[in-house]
Amino acid sequence: MRRVLAHPSLAIGLAATLLFAALGLLSLAWTPYPIEQIVIPRRFLGPSPEHWLGTDHLGRDMASLVMSGTLTSFVVAALAVAIGAGVGVPLGLAAAAWGGPVEWLVLRLSDFVFAFPAIVVAILITTLVGPGASNAVVAIGIFNIPVFARVARGGALSVATLDFVAAGRLAGLGNAAVAFQHLLPNIMSLLIVQGTIQLSLGILSEAGLSYVGLGTQPPDTSLGLMLRDAQSLFLLHPWLTLVPGLCIVLIVIALNIAGDGLRDAIDPRLRQSETNVTA
Amino acid sequence: MTNLMKSLGLALALAGAMAGTALAQPSEVRIGVALEPPILDPTAGAAEAIDIVVYQNIFEGLTRIDQNGEVQPGLAREWTISPDQLTYTFKLAEGVTFHDGTAFDAEDVKFTFERILAEDSVNAHKEFFTPITAMTVIDPLTVEMTLDHVVGRFLFDLGRGDAVIVAPESADNNANEPIGTGPFAFVQWNKGSRVVLEAYGPYWGEPVHLSKATYVFISDTSTMTNALLAGDVDGTNNFATEALGVFEGNPQYQILVGTTEGETILGTNNRKPPFDNLKVRQAMAHALDRQAIIDGATYGYGTPIGAPFAPHNPYYVDLTGTYPHDVEKAKALLAEAGFPDGFSATLKLPPVAYARLSGQIIASQFAEVGIKLELINMEFAQWLDEVYTNNDFDLTIISHVEPFDIGNYANPDYYFGYDNPQFQALITELNGTTDEARRKELAVEAQTILANDAVNGYLFELAQTGVWNAKLTGMWQNSPIEGLVLRDIRWTE
Repeated sequence: MRRVLAHPSLAIGLAATLLFAALGLLSLAWTPYPIEQIVIPRRFLGPSPEHWLGTDHLGRDMASLVMSGTLTSFVVAALAVAIGAGVGVPLGLAAAAWGGPVEWLVLRLSDFVFAFPAIVVAILITTLVGPGASNAVVAIGIFNIPVFARVARGGALSVATLDFVAAGRLAGLGNAAVAFQHLLPNIMSLLIVQGTIQLSLGILSEAGLSYVGLGTQPPDTSLGLMLRDAQSLFLLHPWLTLVPGLCIVLIVIALNIAGDGLRDAIDPRLRQSETNVTA
Repeated sequence: MTNLMKSLGLALALAGAMAGTALAQPSEVRIGVALEPPILDPTAGAAEAIDIVVYQNIFEGLTRIDQNGEVQPGLAREWTISPDQLTYTFKLAEGVTFHDGTAFDAEDVKFTFERILAEDSVNAHKEFFTPITAMTVIDPLTVEMTLDHVVGRFLFDLGRGDAVIVAPESADNNANEPIGTGPFAFVQWNKGSRVVLEAYGPYWGEPVHLSKATYVFISDTSTMTNALLAGDVDGTNNFATEALGVFEGNPQYQILVGTTEGETILGTNNRKPPFDNLKVRQAMAHALDRQAIIDGATYGYGTPIGAPFAPHNPYYVDLTGTYPHDVEKAKALLAEAGFPDGFSATLKLPPVAYARLSGQIIASQFAEVGIKLELINMEFAQWLDEVYTNNDFDLTIISHVEPFDIGNYANPDYYFGYDNPQFQALITELNGTTDEARRKELAVEAQTILANDAVNGYLFELAQTGVWNAKLTGMWQNSPIEGLVLRDIRWTE
């Protein structure tokens, strides 16, 4: 905890991220108004004590939509990170521990998947099974796999040559045991930082996919979908675009600050080099 | 740097001067339209998007519907009708050529209707022309048609896009390279982007003002807004009402608000349970709050309807009170039908603003009575294929823009699958009646049956909200038939 407080950027980033996440979670239990409640006569209201962020083109409460939309964005991004890490990290570790043909195969597979941006994967999935938030999860998740595979392999390679790993091998540990007992714990910090960055990218990707109609579908909502709904009204009611747009920007900034702070706080070598630079 | 600026300035001045001379008589118009037609042959598809591009522009029929919905002479300059109203003799225009240079004569008329009536015909409205029993070419400019029974609106039906005259030499290719007798000839179709037409020099009728017209396909409202603001398009026939405010009070634009023949409905698959149950359909009708849908989806520009019939039609009867908005009644009816907890269904939406918005509002209204709707947004081609052609849907939202299209409800194979022999008999009688008073009686009865049966959810009559450059004139304010007729459009300065 002291380490966290020693890095103000980390504290700010984490606090802001947690605030948004908490708002999102709160929407499960409570929102100021039900998000599916469409009341046409009260549309396009500005911010007021009744509607803190005003109402949208269908008379829905913007504050409620933002809360619910934030949750969707976080959940989609988090699940996508889980998929990416769940598949990518074992692949990367295997590449580092086994080496040779396994490594070659993992790297080529990574290159192959990397060649398809999330949006292309999403279009493919949408064509096959129709649009929806779960498709966004899969599309972004697939995009995350090679990222985690490369980070895991890179981090593991630098650890694999250290003496304690050699000692473990001498003690008779197999590749799998080396990977999970020695390599994985030592690259955890790297993975957590990468996870935070992928989370912010995931939120951006979800917004992008929903914006082009491939992600979340009404009556569910997400920040990207709110932007899409508001875009044709931008010249008449810019507020409707500003609210979700600013939310996305703030969440992504918060996650990036938190990610940078985490890296500084967790990685002692980095701390070392920083003091060297300042000296 | 200064030199560069100077030469740039010079180039600009030069360009300006050249543009000035060109602008003195601008005769090109670029029109933004929301939906791209699947094909360009109006005799082989039902989509309004086809007629928007080709009707009265590339193709012409024997008669022509004008902007008041009245029948005017087209390729047939005059006609006589026998006293028993079963034989029509048409005198055709002289010196007419198709755009590929082949001459038009009575044989082309005969060919056109034989093609419509053929076994393998893909015409969307063959039924308008099945009463024709014989066609006789009397001389190259005279053709006689005999009907097996009196058809009240035969001359109007001849003016529809479904009955435009095509040539045997080119008919097979009209889907992609339309060749007609109209004032504009097809130049090219960049699929997904635009269709270009050019004035046809040897046109037989009154010359048109424009030399070139480009239809640009823009389905996204904000893209259309930007295209209008930037001057990339000179106008659009039906702009999304939600963003009309952008152009209100701007002297560079004119907004033309008029009527269409578009009855917007919550299309209901009557073949499929639970929608084959009258009580379920009645419950859905009670669950709909028309005014909220009109305000929310059309920003107040729609007119409520209680049956699939245009409110400006003289035969119209107001049936909007048949199933008033009543949530409790809807729930009771659902319970009676065996769905006390409601049910789930899908709502497939084509890519038009009124459908997408209405869909969200209806989903919210239906949720109040326990019907949970899953909204599925579709591209237009996909919608035509899945919903309209293969009837693979529960509910959909679409506007039926053909004039006097209540007869669709007499076709049990139509996509919503309404099969009522009593109604079919009524429409047959209506089609065969020419006495105005009796026609009105029958039309009112037909509307009442459809209202009571709640075949579809009847939402509103779509308004036409055109946004055009203020210097353009000659656009149709109302849309009494599917089409965007370029004939009278011109620049005023």
